[in-house]
Amino acid sequence: MANSIKVRAKVTGGVTTVKALISHPMETGLVKDKKTGELIPAHFIQEVTCEHNGTNVLTAWWGASISKNPYLSFRFKGGKAGDTLKLHWVDNKGESDSLETKIA
Amino acid sequence: MSNMKRRTFLKGTLAAGAAGMAVSAGLLTPRAVLAAWPTAAFEAKTVPDALTSLMGSDKLDGSDKITIKAPDIAENGAVVPVSVETSIEGVSSISIISEKNASPLSASFKLGSGTEAFVATRIKLAKTMSVVAVVKSGDKLYSTGKEVKVTIGGCGG
Repeated sequence: MANSIKVRAKVTGGVTTVKALISHPMETGLVKDKKTGELIPAHFIQEVTCEHNGTNVLTAWWGASISKNPYLSFRFKGGKAGDTLKLHWVDNKGESDSLETKIA
Repeated sequence: MSNMKRRTFLKGTLAAGAAGMAVSAGLLTPRAVLAAWPTAAFEAKTVPDALTSLMGSDKLDGSDKITIKAPDIAENGAVVPVSVETSIEGVSSISIISEKNASPLSASFKLGSGTEAFVATRIKLAKTMSVVAVVKSGDKLYSTGKEVKVTIGGCGG
């Protein structure tokens, strides 16, 4: 599950804007497989955390009704260019991924 | 398949998922964060249940300080861009509720101290409904809703 996250973080006027895309099927568990007629088991990201220089800036709890390949954007104060930003997600099957990036 | 069976099935998969999660959480991420994921709130079938479970109250104060950006008409309910922004001070969390989805609670964002009261994401909507943003500031809950017309449903399609 490497590289499931794409993040862009940019500072303008002291405010860092973070935009992230995660590759994930986000199955609700309510959809049937068209070929077999069986329900596709739920498989979705439950938690996304974002840390700036080791301090948590955002924790997102998600349900299955977040779209496939989720997009997330938020802003925080106090970041500067070169700071480390870490994104981490965990899904309901216990799979996870994380990515560290530098603020531009 | 009857509705009841579906629910039993869902519960089963969720329980199995939770067990697997506990195992790998122990191995990979030795943090207690997963335990914090509010299962009951996300499984709740009605808006008041979800809110009570998540926030401890379903008392909402309407507020014109919250802006929800979402399309008036969503052609594809599977991908509906939603952003919530508010000028209310001291916001600790922003939640997005899709009123008529099988499980209304879509997302809850907990903000850090320097984080601005703004989040954007994309959600699935099963049909035409009101998307409600719930903002927590102190002990109070503020909300604003926006009607989104859906031409193709995002769930069970």
